Amino acid sequence: MLSRLFKFNGGVKPQTHKAPSVELPIGQAPLPERCYVPLHQSIGGAANPAVSVGQSVLKGQVLGNADGWVSAAVHAPTSGTVVAIEAHVAAHPSGLPTLTAVIVPDGRDEWIDRQPIDHRHLAPEQVRELLRDAGVVGLGGAVFPSHAKLTAAKSIPVEHLVINGAECEPFMTCDDMLMRERAEDIVRGSAIFRELLGARQVLIGIEDNKPEAVAAMREAVSRLGEDYEVVAVPTRYPAGGAKQLIRVLTGKEVPASRRSTDLAVQCFNVATAYTAYRALAYGEPVISRIVTVTGNVEQARNWEVRLGTPMREVIALAQPKPGTHQYLMGGPMMGFEIPDLAAPVVKATNCLIAGSPALFPPPPPEMPCIRCGACAEACPHELQPFELYWFARARNFGKTQEYFIFDCIECGCCSYVCPSHIPLVQYFRFAKSEIWAREREKQAADAAKARFESRNAREQREAAEKAERLAKAAANRPARPVAEKADSSAPPSTAADGVGMTTSPAVANVDTEADPAPEATAIKQATIAAAMARARAQREAVQPKNTAALTDEQQRQIAAIDARRAAVAGQADSAPGAGDG
Amino acid sequence: MISTLAIMALGAIVLGAALGYASIRFKVEGNPLVEKIDAILPQTQCGQCGYPGCKPYAEAIGSGEAEINLCPPGGMDGVRKLADLLGREVKPLDAEEKPKQVAIIIEQTCIGCTLCIQACPVDAIVGAAKQMHTVVGSLCTGCELCVKPCPVECIVMEPIAENLDNWKWKYPVFEIRRAA
Repeated sequence: MLSRLFKFNGGVKPQTHKAPSVELPIGQAPLPERCYVPLHQSIGGAANPAVSVGQSVLKGQVLGNADGWVSAAVHAPTSGTVVAIEAHVAAHPSGLPTLTAVIVPDGRDEWIDRQPIDHRHLAPEQVRELLRDAGVVGLGGAVFPSHAKLTAAKSIPVEHLVINGAECEPFMTCDDMLMRERAEDIVRGSAIFRELLGARQVLIGIEDNKPEAVAAMREAVSRLGEDYEVVAVPTRYPAGGAKQLIRVLTGKEVPASRRSTDLAVQCFNVATAYTAYRALAYGEPVISRIVTVTGNVEQARNWEVRLGTPMREVIALAQPKPGTHQYLMGGPMMGFEIPDLAAPVVKATNCLIAGSPALFPPPPPEMPCIRCGACAEACPHELQPFELYWFARARNFGKTQEYFIFDCIECGCCSYVCPSHIPLVQYFRFAKSEIWAREREKQAADAAKARFESRNAREQREAAEKAERLAKAAANRPARPVAEKADSSAPPSTAADGVGMTTSPAVANVDTEADPAPEATAIKQATIAAAMARARAQREAVQPKNTAALTDEQQRQIAAIDARRAAVAGQADSAPGAGDG
Repeated sequence: MISTLAIMALGAIVLGAALGYASIRFKVEGNPLVEKIDAILPQTQCGQCGYPGCKPYAEAIGSGEAEINLCPPGGMDGVRKLADLLGREVKPLDAEEKPKQVAIIIEQTCIGCTLCIQACPVDAIVGAAKQMHTVVGSLCTGCELCVKPCPVECIVMEPIAENLDNWKWKYPVFEIRRAA
């Protein structure tokens, strides 16, 4: 048993609101009428479509293959027909569209041929590839591809594997219910992670407000004869942040802009461990996840929802009460308001909350910062939010980086405690996305500069090569008497431009070669003029359609337009003629 | 008296030699200020400032012969950065600010004349003589240099719409009515 637990700085204790959604067991959400499966459901590259429109797919069939190493595949949540691969509203605060495969289920829910795999007979690289192709990503909400986190650094052997079941966000109970009902599979999944990483010790951290989950996990660990430690950690938001949980369990503090693997610790969510086990032992890719549907509803509950189910249908299962004025995805601290309920449930959707003014009263007006320092005391990363706020507000992004804005996990503790009700996290999100945008612009500008310079270099080289070719051709020809005259009058710059162009015949040659040039230009101009004429003829050849039954009014309008066109064309024709003359 | 003069003269010779050596050893190639100005400019190479590219404009600013408000793609943001760097006054932009654009070739109309390929400063147009051309959108800087040379007017500039990749969190704004 761990001798003692450690503490992290700050944190808050909001009301948990977890009780209503744990009364019923996890329910199976019904099959939706249409599944909207976005192809980009993880951090990293968007999956490349592997199906075509009209193709029939089976449950678990790959819809999109991972694009590169940091990316994960997406799969069909049920059997049916792909009716479209199109832009559909994303589960994102912007409500902008993203490339989505639309599947009409056939109702049979027929699986692909599932192949259980014993990962112990495979090389670690193969297991990682299998996990990537099964679409296993971090289901705590960050959706980072798990296989990319399972590559142990050779120099630092992993000591602790932390399995995160803390679930500190208010309202959210999906991990709690998963641990209560499917504890054994989570423990088996943890065993896979442990073997891949070669971790010495496995620590399962669960907040102590979930005694049933702790008991279930302890029982599963002892039943499977593992030596994992299930630790109840004090309930304090954000104990479920990876760096905070690592700090509480191991006492190790991850330094700014470093990773936990540098300190020989790796952290996974319980649901991720569960899906990894299902992917290997049952051959089932990630096609569903547990979603807590709660808030201002008649029946709060956890549902196992197929990915791609429209959020509207999932929320309808909980029967929202009247007075609901907004819907949140994720918890109230870190989540965002869903702009459009047509957005589908994705791998990052851990919780859907129906919000009412009673649950989430409108924030009081923002008051000036009085630099009381309450936010710094609450910050679990020991940042100085009041300084960051000052610089983010003034758009002084360089300074925000000096104050480590990228170590901010946007947990919302600072906004929660601020006596002036300043939405600090919104300022930090704004500053972060501005900095990223500038970074992108800078990269684009650098790339454009490099291309421009290489183009200039190429043009110079080509000019030099041409001059050299001409010089050689001229040298092979017998010298003419003109050469002497040209030599004396040759400007020095001509010699400097060309490579080895110092012989007199070369200069003479350039002079004589210059004669056919106007002719070539004339031919080119004639060609262009002909092409323009052709293009115009093509444009004019287009016959209007649907002209059979026109009213008098329409006929008149057409006649007027034609007259205007003719007038314009007449002007255009006469203008160049005047110019030529 | 003579010894004092000798000491001073010796000092002068030694220090002079050191300075002379340093000026050769640590000679700075090019104008470092021009490099800094060039880094602020957006590198569209569009020539809208009246100079043939971003580098020549940077040189002109560096030598003091050009104003800092001539770069439309850089926008007011760019003018502000240049003013900060050079200690000059911020001036309103000498043109209207446009959103970021990308060139699109209407492929039915393209006759394959290669004139736009020759005009593109960043080699972002692919195609061959009498073959259809197309713009590589990710490389296009939106400089509009390809629009004029096209004999059949088949190149249009389209503003880049907001999408999930370039979406940004907005600056927090609150209704004054509610706050009052």
